[in-house]
Amino acid sequence: MAMSSAEIEALIKSALPDAEVTIEDLAGDGDHYAATVISEAFRGKSRVQQHQLVYAALQGRMGGALHALALQTSAPA
Amino acid sequence: MADNPVFARIEGEIAANPVVLYMKGTPVFPQCGFSARVVQILSHVGVPFRGVNVLEDMELREGIKAFSNWPTIPQLYVKGEFVGGCDIIMEMFQAGELQQLLQEKGIATAAEA
Repeated sequence: MAMSSAEIEALIKSALPDAEVTIEDLAGDGDHYAATVISEAFRGKSRVQQHQLVYAALQGRMGGALHALALQTSAPA
Repeated sequence: MADNPVFARIEGEIAANPVVLYMKGTPVFPQCGFSARVVQILSHVGVPFRGVNVLEDMELREGIKAFSNWPTIPQLYVKGEFVGGCDIIMEMFQAGELQQLLQEKGIATAAEA
């Protein structure tokens, strides 16, 4: 069920190629992650829209294979 | 998408209640850490809200995800508008934006900051 952080990063980058992705395995169980994603694609979008872009990149795994992914998104400064 | 019968129920609920939290468990007894955190924030801000337990209703549990295009619970609605899940509510609260949003929407909070 669990996903590796490399898998998560690869999925995000395939949808948002410019993304700078930092992933932390919070519990060491491959199931609870925190990710920071910085991408130009987020500029001018609401937080909800930014997170929706990341969830779309994860292709339905969020809430399924991926139980917990705390998400912080922003456009490059 | 519009033919999902749950959507009408959700629309009715978020139209009838200014602040609605779709959550796992109840405000008094949350059954998930993320839901509990949002309940805590709303209580701290002092805003009355209606908690809807999605664990009691499988149709609603899946329906709300499709309705909001959001894969996880909890989900907060203010004046019929989807505001976000746990991370966003947390971020907004810490930045003072949640309180500001409630004020802009004309929702009274007990703890005026």
